[in-house]
Amino acid sequence: MTVILNQSFTGISIGAVLLLIALGLTLTFGQMGVINMAHGEFIMAGAYTTYVLQKDISGAGVSLLIALPLAFLVAGSLGALLEWLLIRRLYTRPLDTLLVTWGVSLMLQQLARDIFGAPNVQTHAPDLLTGNISVGGITLANNRLFILGLALLCVLGVTLILRLTPLGRRIRAVVQNRDLAEVSGIATGRVDRMTFFIGSGLAGVAGVALTLVGPIGPTMGTNYIVDAFLVVVVGGIAQLKGSVITAFALGVLQSVLEYSTTVSVAKVIVLVAIVAFLQWRPQGLYTLRTRSLA
Amino acid sequence: MLEINSVQAGYDRTTVLHGVTVTVPKDGVATVLGHNGAGKSTLLRAAMGLLKPRSGTVLLNGEDITGLAPNQRVARGMAYVPQGQQSFPHLTTAENLQLVADGRPDGKAAVAEALDLFPVLRELSGRRAGLLSGGQRQQLALARALITRPKLLLLDEPTEGIQPSVVAEIEETILALTRRGGLSVLLVEQHVGFAMRAAQHYYVLEAGRVTSSGEGGTGAEGTVRAALSV
Repeated sequence: MTVILNQSFTGISIGAVLLLIALGLTLTFGQMGVINMAHGEFIMAGAYTTYVLQKDISGAGVSLLIALPLAFLVAGSLGALLEWLLIRRLYTRPLDTLLVTWGVSLMLQQLARDIFGAPNVQTHAPDLLTGNISVGGITLANNRLFILGLALLCVLGVTLILRLTPLGRRIRAVVQNRDLAEVSGIATGRVDRMTFFIGSGLAGVAGVALTLVGPIGPTMGTNYIVDAFLVVVVGGIAQLKGSVITAFALGVLQSVLEYSTTVSVAKVIVLVAIVAFLQWRPQGLYTLRTRSLA
Repeated sequence: MLEINSVQAGYDRTTVLHGVTVTVPKDGVATVLGHNGAGKSTLLRAAMGLLKPRSGTVLLNGEDITGLAPNQRVARGMAYVPQGQQSFPHLTTAENLQLVADGRPDGKAAVAEALDLFPVLRELSGRRAGLLSGGQRQQLALARALITRPKLLLLDEPTEGIQPSVVAEIEETILALTRRGGLSVLLVEQHVGFAMRAAQHYYVLEAGRVTSSGEGGTGAEGTVRAALSV
Protein backbone atom coordinates (compact mmCIF):
# COMPACT_ATOMS: atom_id res chain seq x y z
CA MET A 1 0.00 0.00 0.00
CA THR A 2 2.67 2.51 0.99
CA VAL A 3 4.56 1.57 -2.16
CA ILE A 4 1.57 2.48 -4.26
CA LEU A 5 1.07 5.74 -2.36
CA ASN A 6 4.75 6.61 -2.65
CA GLN A 7 4.73 5.89 -6.37
CA SER A 8 1.57 7.97 -6.78
CA PHE A 9 3.19 10.91 -5.06
CA THR A 10 6.23 10.58 -7.31
CA GLY A 11 3.84 10.51 -10.24
CA ILE A 12 2.01 13.59 -9.04
CA SER A 13 5.29 15.43 -8.64
CA ILE A 14 6.34 14.41 -12.17
CA GLY A 15 2.94 15.66 -13.26
CA ALA A 16 3.52 18.96 -11.49
CA VAL A 17 6.75 19.52 -13.45
CA LEU A 18 4.96 18.61 -16.68
CA LEU A 19 2.13 20.96 -15.82
CA LEU A 20 4.45 23.83 -15.04
CA ILE A 21 6.23 23.38 -18.37
CA ALA A 22 3.01 22.92 -20.35
CA LEU A 23 1.22 25.86 -18.75
CA GLY A 24 3.02 28.43 -20.88
CA LEU A 25 2.27 26.38 -23.96
CA THR A 26 -1.45 26.41 -23.23
CA LEU A 27 -1.21 30.14 -23.94
CA THR A 28 1.18 30.32 -26.90
CA PHE A 29 0.23 27.02 -28.53
CA GLY A 30 -3.25 26.40 -27.10
CA GLN A 31 -4.62 29.91 -27.39
CA MET A 32 -2.57 31.43 -30.19
CA GLY A 33 -1.83 28.27 -32.16
CA VAL A 34 1.89 29.01 -32.46
CA ILE A 35 4.23 26.03 -32.37
CA ASN A 36 7.18 27.61 -30.63
CA MET A 37 10.11 25.20 -30.62
CA ALA A 38 12.15 27.69 -28.60
CA HIS A 39 9.80 27.32 -25.62
CA GLY A 40 12.24 24.84 -24.08
CA GLU A 41 15.02 27.42 -24.29
CA PHE A 42 12.90 29.82 -22.25
CA ILE A 43 12.89 27.10 -19.58
CA MET A 44 16.67 27.03 -19.86
CA ALA A 45 16.80 30.83 -19.58
CA GLY A 46 14.83 30.62 -16.34
CA ALA A 47 17.17 27.95 -14.99
CA TYR A 48 20.33 29.90 -15.83
CA THR A 49 18.77 32.99 -14.26
CA THR A 50 18.54 31.03 -11.02
CA TYR A 51 22.15 29.91 -11.42
CA VAL A 52 23.49 33.42 -12.02
CA LEU A 53 21.52 34.82 -9.11
CA GLN A 54 22.85 32.17 -6.75
CA LYS A 55 26.44 33.00 -7.66
CA ASP A 56 25.81 36.59 -6.61
CA ILE A 57 23.45 36.13 -3.69
CA SER A 58 24.66 33.87 -0.92
CA GLY A 59 21.40 32.71 0.70
CA ALA A 60 19.91 29.95 -1.46
CA GLY A 61 16.42 30.60 -0.15
CA VAL A 62 16.54 34.33 -0.89
CA SER A 63 17.99 33.84 -4.35
CA LEU A 64 15.30 31.30 -5.19
CA LEU A 65 12.57 33.72 -4.19
CA ILE A 66 14.11 36.48 -6.31
CA ALA A 67 14.72 34.03 -9.15
CA LEU A 68 11.02 33.24 -9.58
CA PRO A 69 9.86 36.72 -10.67
CA LEU A 70 13.17 37.52 -12.37
CA ALA A 71 13.10 34.33 -14.46
CA PHE A 72 9.53 35.17 -15.42
CA LEU A 73 10.69 38.58 -16.64
CA VAL A 74 13.78 37.27 -18.46
CA ALA A 75 12.01 34.42 -20.25
CA GLY A 76 8.92 36.55 -20.86
CA SER A 77 10.98 39.32 -22.45
CA LEU A 78 12.78 36.80 -24.66
CA GLY A 79 9.38 35.48 -25.72
CA ALA A 80 7.94 38.92 -26.42
CA LEU A 81 11.08 39.80 -28.40
CA LEU A 82 10.79 36.60 -30.45
CA GLU A 83 7.12 37.35 -31.13
CA TRP A 84 7.89 40.89 -32.20
CA LEU A 85 10.93 40.02 -34.32
CA LEU A 86 9.70 36.90 -36.09
CA ILE A 87 6.52 35.17 -35.09
CA ARG A 88 4.10 38.03 -35.75
CA ARG A 89 5.20 38.03 -39.37
CA LEU A 90 4.43 34.33 -39.67
CA TYR A 91 0.97 33.91 -38.09
CA THR A 92 -0.47 32.73 -41.39
CA ARG A 93 2.42 30.32 -42.01
CA PRO A 94 2.56 27.76 -39.16
CA LEU A 95 5.16 25.51 -40.80
CA ASP A 96 7.54 28.42 -41.24
CA THR A 97 6.98 29.32 -37.59
CA LEU A 98 7.99 25.81 -36.57
CA LEU A 99 11.22 25.93 -38.60
CA VAL A 100 12.12 29.47 -37.61
CA THR A 101 11.59 28.89 -33.89
CA TRP A 102 13.57 25.65 -34.12
CA GLY A 103 16.42 27.68 -35.55
CA VAL A 104 16.06 30.20 -32.73
CA SER A 105 16.10 27.30 -30.28
CA LEU A 106 19.46 26.08 -31.64
CA MET A 107 20.88 29.61 -31.53
CA LEU A 108 19.83 30.10 -27.92
CA GLN A 109 21.40 26.77 -26.96
CA GLN A 110 24.68 27.82 -28.56
CA LEU A 111 24.46 31.20 -26.85
CA ALA A 112 24.13 29.42 -23.50
CA ARG A 113 27.18 27.27 -24.33
CA ASP A 114 29.19 30.37 -25.19
CA ILE A 115 28.24 32.16 -21.99
CA PHE A 116 28.09 29.37 -19.40
CA GLY A 117 30.12 26.59 -21.05
CA ALA A 118 28.94 23.25 -22.41
CA PRO A 119 28.99 21.19 -19.18
CA ASN A 120 25.97 21.17 -16.94
CA VAL A 121 25.97 23.35 -13.84
CA GLN A 122 24.11 22.97 -10.57
CA THR A 123 22.47 25.19 -8.01
CA HIS A 124 22.13 24.51 -4.29
CA ALA A 125 18.63 24.02 -3.03
CA PRO A 126 17.76 26.01 0.09
CA ASP A 127 17.96 23.91 3.26
CA LEU A 128 14.22 24.12 3.71
CA LEU A 129 13.70 22.26 0.44
CA THR A 130 16.28 19.49 0.84
CA GLY A 131 14.54 17.34 3.45
CA ASN A 132 11.55 15.04 3.48
CA ILE A 133 8.25 14.94 5.29
CA SER A 134 6.77 11.63 6.32
CA VAL A 135 3.03 11.37 6.42
CA GLY A 136 1.63 7.99 7.46
CA GLY A 137 4.53 6.05 6.02
CA ILE A 138 4.69 8.04 2.77
CA THR A 139 7.82 10.06 2.18
CA LEU A 140 7.21 13.42 0.57
CA ALA A 141 10.31 15.25 -0.69
CA ASN A 142 10.16 18.93 0.20
CA ASN A 143 11.40 20.13 -3.18
CA ARG A 144 8.73 18.04 -4.94
CA LEU A 145 6.05 19.51 -2.67
CA PHE A 146 7.36 22.98 -3.46
CA ILE A 147 7.09 22.34 -7.21
CA LEU A 148 3.58 20.97 -6.79
CA GLY A 149 2.57 24.08 -4.87
CA LEU A 150 4.24 26.34 -7.43
CA ALA A 151 2.48 24.60 -10.33
CA LEU A 152 -0.93 24.89 -8.69
CA LEU A 153 -0.25 28.53 -7.84
CA CYS A 154 0.67 29.27 -11.45
CA VAL A 155 -2.50 27.53 -12.72
CA LEU A 156 -4.54 29.60 -10.29
CA GLY A 157 -2.74 32.78 -11.35
CA VAL A 158 -3.29 32.17 -15.07
CA THR A 159 -6.95 31.31 -14.47
CA LEU A 160 -7.53 34.47 -12.45
CA ILE A 161 -5.76 36.67 -15.00
CA LEU A 162 -7.82 35.22 -17.85
CA ARG A 163 -11.13 35.41 -16.03
CA LEU A 164 -10.96 38.63 -14.08
CA THR A 165 -8.54 41.13 -15.59
CA PRO A 166 -8.96 43.44 -18.61
CA LEU A 167 -5.92 41.77 -20.18
CA GLY A 168 -7.52 38.35 -19.70
CA ARG A 169 -10.73 39.53 -21.34
CA ARG A 170 -8.71 40.85 -24.26
CA ILE A 171 -6.71 37.65 -24.64
CA ARG A 172 -9.91 35.57 -24.73
CA ALA A 173 -11.63 38.01 -27.08
CA VAL A 174 -8.74 37.99 -29.57
CA VAL A 175 -8.72 34.19 -29.60
CA GLN A 176 -12.47 33.98 -30.12
CA ASN A 177 -12.80 36.57 -32.87
CA ARG A 178 -9.67 38.45 -33.90
CA ASP A 179 -11.30 40.80 -36.43
CA LEU A 180 -14.15 41.69 -34.12
CA ALA A 181 -11.65 42.41 -31.32
CA GLU A 182 -9.69 44.69 -33.64
CA VAL A 183 -12.78 46.65 -34.73
CA SER A 184 -13.85 46.88 -31.09
CA GLY A 185 -10.79 49.01 -30.54
CA ILE A 186 -8.41 46.38 -29.19
CA ALA A 187 -4.82 46.56 -30.41
CA THR A 188 -4.63 42.85 -31.18
CA GLY A 189 -0.93 42.94 -31.98
CA ARG A 190 -0.18 44.20 -28.49
CA VAL A 191 -2.41 41.51 -26.97
CA ASP A 192 -0.51 38.85 -28.94
CA ARG A 193 2.76 40.13 -27.52
CA MET A 194 1.43 40.16 -23.95
CA THR A 195 0.07 36.63 -24.34
CA PHE A 196 3.46 35.53 -25.57
CA PHE A 197 5.18 37.37 -22.72
CA ILE A 198 3.12 35.55 -20.09
CA GLY A 199 3.37 32.16 -21.79
CA SER A 200 7.14 32.43 -22.14
CA GLY A 201 7.49 33.85 -18.65
CA LEU A 202 5.79 30.76 -17.26
CA ALA A 203 8.44 28.66 -19.02
CA GLY A 204 11.01 30.69 -17.11
CA VAL A 205 9.29 29.88 -13.82
CA ALA A 206 9.32 26.20 -14.82
CA GLY A 207 13.05 26.56 -15.40
CA VAL A 208 13.54 27.79 -11.83
CA ALA A 209 11.60 24.79 -10.51
CA LEU A 210 13.71 22.38 -12.57
CA THR A 211 16.91 23.59 -10.92
CA LEU A 212 15.59 21.97 -7.73
CA VAL A 213 15.40 18.50 -9.26
CA GLY A 214 18.12 18.36 -11.89
CA PRO A 215 21.19 19.91 -13.50
CA ILE A 216 21.16 23.05 -15.64
CA GLY A 217 22.49 22.72 -19.17
CA PRO A 218 22.17 24.23 -22.64
CA THR A 219 19.93 21.40 -23.87
CA MET A 220 17.79 20.95 -20.77
CA GLY A 221 14.78 22.50 -22.52
CA THR A 222 14.72 19.99 -25.35
CA ASN A 223 14.31 17.15 -22.83
CA TYR A 224 10.99 18.56 -21.75
CA ILE A 225 9.54 20.29 -24.78
CA VAL A 226 8.08 17.18 -26.43
CA ASP A 227 6.37 16.07 -23.21
CA ALA A 228 4.96 19.54 -22.77
CA PHE A 229 3.45 19.62 -26.25
CA LEU A 230 2.04 16.13 -25.62
CA VAL A 231 0.30 17.37 -22.47
CA VAL A 232 -1.35 20.24 -24.31
CA VAL A 233 -2.36 18.10 -27.30
CA VAL A 234 -3.80 15.29 -25.16
CA GLY A 235 -5.53 17.74 -22.84
CA GLY A 236 -7.19 19.42 -25.78
CA ILE A 237 -5.69 22.73 -26.83
CA ALA A 238 -8.86 24.57 -25.90
CA GLN A 239 -8.83 24.45 -22.14
CA LEU A 240 -6.59 24.73 -19.15
CA LYS A 241 -8.24 21.96 -17.14
CA GLY A 242 -7.43 19.47 -19.91
CA SER A 243 -3.74 20.19 -19.47
CA VAL A 244 -3.97 19.97 -15.68
CA ILE A 245 -5.67 16.57 -15.74
CA THR A 246 -3.40 15.24 -18.49
CA ALA A 247 -0.18 16.34 -16.78
CA PHE A 248 -1.05 14.53 -13.55
CA ALA A 249 -2.45 11.48 -15.37
CA LEU A 250 0.70 11.11 -17.49
CA GLY A 251 2.90 11.65 -14.42
CA VAL A 252 1.20 8.96 -12.38
CA LEU A 253 1.05 6.54 -15.31
CA GLN A 254 4.74 7.07 -16.00
CA SER A 255 5.77 6.57 -12.40
CA VAL A 256 3.62 3.49 -11.80
CA LEU A 257 4.89 1.92 -15.01
CA GLU A 258 8.48 2.79 -14.12
CA TYR A 259 8.04 0.92 -10.86
CA SER A 260 6.72 -2.22 -12.50
CA THR A 261 8.96 -2.13 -15.60
CA THR A 262 11.90 0.10 -16.56
CA VAL A 263 12.18 3.78 -17.40
CA SER A 264 12.43 3.20 -21.16
CA VAL A 265 9.63 0.64 -21.31
CA ALA A 266 7.44 2.99 -19.24
CA LYS A 267 8.15 5.81 -21.70
CA VAL A 268 7.23 3.60 -24.65
CA ILE A 269 4.00 2.42 -23.03
CA VAL A 270 3.00 6.01 -22.20
CA LEU A 271 3.62 7.12 -25.79
CA VAL A 272 1.64 4.17 -27.18
CA ALA A 273 -1.18 5.03 -24.77
CA ILE A 274 -1.15 8.63 -26.01
CA VAL A 275 -1.24 7.55 -29.66
CA ALA A 276 -4.15 5.21 -28.90
CA PHE A 277 -5.97 7.93 -27.00
CA LEU A 278 -5.58 10.41 -29.84
CA GLN A 279 -6.94 7.85 -32.30
CA TRP A 280 -10.03 7.72 -30.15
CA ARG A 281 -10.23 11.45 -29.41
CA PRO A 282 -8.11 13.39 -31.94
CA GLN A 283 -9.28 16.69 -30.49
CA GLY A 284 -7.97 15.81 -27.03
CA LEU A 285 -9.66 15.57 -23.66
CA TYR A 286 -11.52 18.89 -23.62
CA THR A 287 -12.72 20.90 -26.57
CA LEU A 288 -14.98 23.78 -27.41
CA ARG A 289 -16.35 24.84 -30.72
CA THR A 290 -14.28 27.96 -30.40
CA ARG A 291 -11.18 27.96 -28.27
CA SER A 292 -11.49 29.43 -24.83
CA LEU A 293 -9.17 28.85 -21.94
CA ALA A 294 -11.12 29.97 -18.93
CA MET B 1 -17.20 63.13 -42.13
CA LEU B 2 -16.13 60.07 -44.12
CA GLU B 3 -14.93 60.14 -47.68
CA ILE B 4 -14.27 56.92 -49.55
CA ASN B 5 -12.50 57.96 -52.75
CA SER B 6 -12.33 55.65 -55.78
CA VAL B 7 -11.46 52.64 -53.66
CA GLN B 8 -10.43 49.46 -55.41
CA ALA B 9 -10.32 46.39 -53.22
CA GLY B 10 -10.73 42.64 -53.30
CA TYR B 11 -9.52 39.27 -52.10
CA ASP B 12 -6.59 37.38 -53.64
CA ARG B 13 -7.06 37.65 -57.40
CA THR B 14 -10.67 38.79 -57.49
CA THR B 15 -11.45 42.49 -57.47
CA VAL B 16 -14.70 43.26 -55.67
CA LEU B 17 -14.73 47.05 -55.67
CA HIS B 18 -13.83 48.82 -58.92
CA GLY B 19 -13.26 52.38 -57.78
CA VAL B 20 -16.10 53.19 -55.40
CA THR B 21 -16.68 56.73 -54.12
CA VAL B 22 -19.07 57.19 -51.20
CA THR B 23 -19.39 60.17 -48.86
CA VAL B 24 -21.03 60.28 -45.43
CA PRO B 25 -21.98 63.83 -44.38
CA LYS B 26 -21.37 65.08 -40.86
CA ASP B 27 -24.25 64.05 -38.55
CA GLY B 28 -25.95 62.53 -41.58
CA VAL B 29 -26.87 59.07 -42.75
CA ALA B 30 -25.75 57.58 -46.04
CA THR B 31 -26.95 54.20 -47.17
CA VAL B 32 -25.46 51.74 -49.62
CA LEU B 33 -27.96 49.43 -51.29
CA GLY B 34 -27.37 46.54 -53.59
CA HIS B 35 -27.90 42.86 -54.22
CA ASN B 36 -25.89 40.06 -52.64
CA GLY B 37 -22.33 40.05 -53.90
CA ALA B 38 -22.42 43.67 -55.07
CA GLY B 39 -19.57 44.50 -52.68
CA LYS B 40 -21.45 46.27 -49.88
CA SER B 41 -19.77 44.42 -47.01
CA THR B 42 -16.40 44.67 -48.74
CA LEU B 43 -16.87 48.43 -48.90
CA LEU B 44 -17.43 48.60 -45.13
CA ARG B 45 -14.46 46.30 -44.46
CA ALA B 46 -12.28 48.58 -46.57
CA ALA B 47 -13.64 51.67 -44.79
CA MET B 48 -12.87 50.09 -41.42
CA GLY B 49 -9.39 48.90 -42.37
CA LEU B 50 -10.00 45.16 -42.23
CA LEU B 51 -9.20 45.09 -45.92
CA LYS B 52 -6.42 47.17 -47.48
CA PRO B 53 -7.58 48.96 -50.63
CA ARG B 54 -5.40 48.35 -53.69
CA SER B 55 -5.89 51.97 -54.61
CA GLY B 56 -7.96 54.90 -53.52
CA THR B 57 -8.15 56.64 -50.17
CA VAL B 58 -10.33 56.79 -47.07
CA LEU B 59 -10.57 60.16 -45.34
CA LEU B 60 -12.02 60.76 -41.89
CA ASN B 61 -12.66 64.46 -41.20
CA GLY B 62 -10.10 65.24 -43.84
CA GLU B 63 -7.40 62.99 -42.36
CA ASP B 64 -6.12 60.20 -44.59
CA ILE B 65 -6.70 57.02 -42.58
CA THR B 66 -6.18 54.56 -45.44
CA GLY B 67 -3.10 53.05 -43.77
CA LEU B 68 -4.42 52.88 -40.20
CA ALA B 69 -5.27 49.66 -38.36
CA PRO B 70 -8.93 49.17 -37.41
CA ASN B 71 -8.26 49.77 -33.70
CA GLN B 72 -6.68 53.14 -34.54
CA ARG B 73 -9.82 54.06 -36.48
CA VAL B 74 -11.90 53.18 -33.42
CA ALA B 75 -9.72 55.54 -31.40
CA ARG B 76 -10.60 58.28 -33.94
CA GLY B 77 -14.32 57.82 -33.41
CA MET B 78 -15.31 55.07 -35.84
CA ALA B 79 -17.36 52.05 -34.84
CA TYR B 80 -18.43 49.09 -36.92
CA VAL B 81 -21.15 46.50 -36.48
CA PRO B 82 -20.33 43.71 -38.92
CA GLN B 83 -22.76 41.34 -40.58
CA GLY B 84 -24.09 38.27 -38.84
CA GLN B 85 -24.62 39.38 -35.22
CA GLN B 86 -21.01 38.71 -34.31
CA SER B 87 -19.93 38.48 -30.70
CA PHE B 88 -17.31 36.89 -28.49
CA PRO B 89 -19.29 33.67 -27.91
CA HIS B 90 -17.53 32.44 -24.77
CA LEU B 91 -17.56 35.77 -22.99
CA THR B 92 -20.69 36.66 -21.06
CA THR B 93 -22.87 39.55 -22.17
CA ALA B 94 -21.40 41.68 -19.40
CA GLU B 95 -17.85 40.72 -20.40
CA ASN B 96 -18.58 41.53 -24.04
CA LEU B 97 -19.48 45.07 -22.98
CA GLN B 98 -16.79 45.45 -20.32
CA LEU B 99 -14.16 44.39 -22.85
CA VAL B 100 -14.86 47.50 -24.91
CA ALA B 101 -15.22 49.73 -21.84
CA ASP B 102 -11.85 48.61 -20.37
CA GLY B 103 -9.36 51.45 -20.31
CA ARG B 104 -11.93 54.14 -21.13
CA PRO B 105 -12.27 56.80 -18.45
CA ASP B 106 -16.01 57.04 -19.14
CA GLY B 107 -16.37 53.28 -19.59
CA LYS B 108 -18.74 52.69 -16.71
CA ALA B 109 -21.14 55.43 -17.78
CA ALA B 110 -20.96 54.28 -21.40
CA VAL B 111 -21.92 50.72 -20.42
CA ALA B 112 -24.83 52.01 -18.35
CA GLU B 113 -26.03 54.15 -21.27
CA ALA B 114 -25.82 51.22 -23.66
CA LEU B 115 -27.80 49.06 -21.24
CA ASP B 116 -30.47 51.77 -20.97
CA LEU B 117 -30.77 51.68 -24.74
CA PHE B 118 -31.02 47.86 -24.80
CA PRO B 119 -32.55 46.91 -21.43
CA VAL B 120 -32.87 43.25 -22.44
CA LEU B 121 -29.09 42.94 -22.14
CA ARG B 122 -29.29 43.70 -18.43
CA GLU B 123 -31.22 40.50 -17.77
CA LEU B 124 -28.75 38.53 -19.89
CA SER B 125 -25.58 39.92 -18.34
CA GLY B 126 -24.35 36.59 -16.93
CA ARG B 127 -25.13 34.55 -20.02
CA ARG B 128 -22.54 33.63 -22.62
CA ALA B 129 -23.04 35.62 -25.80
CA GLY B 130 -23.00 32.40 -27.83
CA LEU B 131 -26.23 31.35 -26.14
CA LEU B 132 -28.16 34.52 -27.00
CA SER B 133 -30.69 34.69 -29.82
CA GLY B 134 -29.76 36.45 -33.05
CA GLY B 135 -31.74 39.54 -32.09
CA GLN B 136 -30.16 39.70 -28.64
CA ARG B 137 -26.69 39.24 -30.12
CA GLN B 138 -27.32 42.08 -32.56
CA GLN B 139 -28.42 44.37 -29.72
CA LEU B 140 -25.25 43.34 -27.91
CA ALA B 141 -23.22 44.20 -31.01
CA LEU B 142 -24.84 47.64 -31.27
CA ALA B 143 -24.28 48.21 -27.55
CA ARG B 144 -20.60 47.28 -27.90
CA ALA B 145 -20.20 49.72 -30.76
CA LEU B 146 -21.91 52.55 -28.87
CA ILE B 147 -19.73 52.13 -25.77
CA THR B 148 -16.84 53.61 -27.75
CA ARG B 149 -19.02 56.75 -28.16
CA PRO B 150 -18.52 56.82 -31.93
CA LYS B 151 -18.93 59.81 -34.18
CA LEU B 152 -19.28 57.56 -37.20
CA LEU B 153 -21.08 54.24 -37.13
CA LEU B 154 -20.77 51.65 -39.89
CA LEU B 155 -23.71 49.24 -39.92
CA ASP B 156 -23.75 46.13 -42.09
CA GLU B 157 -27.32 44.86 -42.60
CA PRO B 158 -28.29 45.36 -38.96
CA THR B 159 -31.62 43.53 -39.22
CA GLU B 160 -30.64 40.71 -41.55
CA GLY B 161 -31.41 37.23 -40.21
CA ILE B 162 -33.20 38.51 -37.11
CA GLN B 163 -36.61 37.40 -35.87
CA PRO B 164 -39.27 39.86 -37.12
CA SER B 165 -40.42 40.81 -33.61
CA VAL B 166 -37.02 42.38 -32.89
CA VAL B 167 -36.43 43.95 -36.31
CA ALA B 168 -38.77 46.89 -35.70
CA GLU B 169 -37.21 47.52 -32.29
CA ILE B 170 -33.69 47.62 -33.69
CA GLU B 171 -34.76 49.83 -36.59
CA GLU B 172 -36.42 52.30 -34.21
CA THR B 173 -33.30 52.40 -32.04
CA ILE B 174 -31.10 53.10 -35.05
CA LEU B 175 -33.44 55.87 -36.25
CA ALA B 176 -33.49 57.38 -32.76
CA LEU B 177 -29.68 57.34 -32.65
CA THR B 178 -29.37 59.11 -35.97
CA ARG B 179 -31.83 61.80 -34.90
CA ARG B 180 -30.06 62.43 -31.60
CA GLY B 181 -27.30 64.28 -33.47
CA GLY B 182 -23.54 64.00 -33.19
CA LEU B 183 -23.52 60.69 -35.03
CA SER B 184 -22.92 59.96 -38.69
CA VAL B 185 -23.97 56.59 -40.07
CA LEU B 186 -22.98 54.56 -43.10
CA LEU B 187 -25.75 51.99 -43.43
CA VAL B 188 -25.54 48.97 -45.69
CA GLU B 189 -28.98 47.53 -46.33
CA GLN B 190 -31.12 45.27 -48.47
CA HIS B 191 -34.41 46.58 -47.07
CA VAL B 192 -35.04 49.61 -49.24
CA GLY B 193 -37.90 50.92 -47.10
CA PHE B 194 -35.93 51.17 -43.88
CA ALA B 195 -32.79 52.44 -45.62
CA MET B 196 -34.62 55.27 -47.37
CA ARG B 197 -36.41 56.23 -44.17
CA ALA B 198 -33.09 56.56 -42.36
CA ALA B 199 -30.83 58.07 -44.99
CA GLN B 200 -30.31 61.49 -46.53
CA HIS B 201 -28.14 60.05 -49.30
CA TYR B 202 -28.27 56.74 -51.06
CA TYR B 203 -25.85 54.84 -53.26
CA VAL B 204 -26.77 51.81 -55.32
CA LEU B 205 -23.88 49.40 -55.70
CA GLU B 206 -23.82 46.87 -58.52
CA ALA B 207 -20.94 44.51 -59.22
CA GLY B 208 -18.51 46.74 -57.36
CA ARG B 209 -19.55 50.04 -58.98
CA VAL B 210 -21.88 52.83 -57.87
CA THR B 211 -24.57 52.81 -60.55
CA SER B 212 -26.84 55.46 -59.12
CA SER B 213 -26.98 57.80 -56.18
CA GLY B 214 -28.99 60.69 -54.89
CA GLU B 215 -31.00 62.25 -52.10
CA GLY B 216 -32.61 59.91 -49.59
CA GLY B 217 -36.03 60.08 -47.99
CA THR B 218 -39.09 57.96 -48.59
CA GLY B 219 -39.93 59.94 -51.75
CA ALA B 220 -36.95 58.47 -53.57
CA GLU B 221 -37.90 54.90 -52.69
CA GLY B 222 -39.47 54.23 -56.07
CA THR B 223 -36.41 55.43 -57.95
CA VAL B 224 -34.17 53.22 -55.88
CA ARG B 225 -36.37 50.16 -56.28
CA ALA B 226 -36.31 50.70 -60.01
CA ALA B 227 -32.53 51.06 -59.99
CA LEU B 228 -32.18 47.86 -57.99
CA SER B 229 -34.45 45.77 -60.17
CA VAL B 230 -32.46 46.44 -63.36
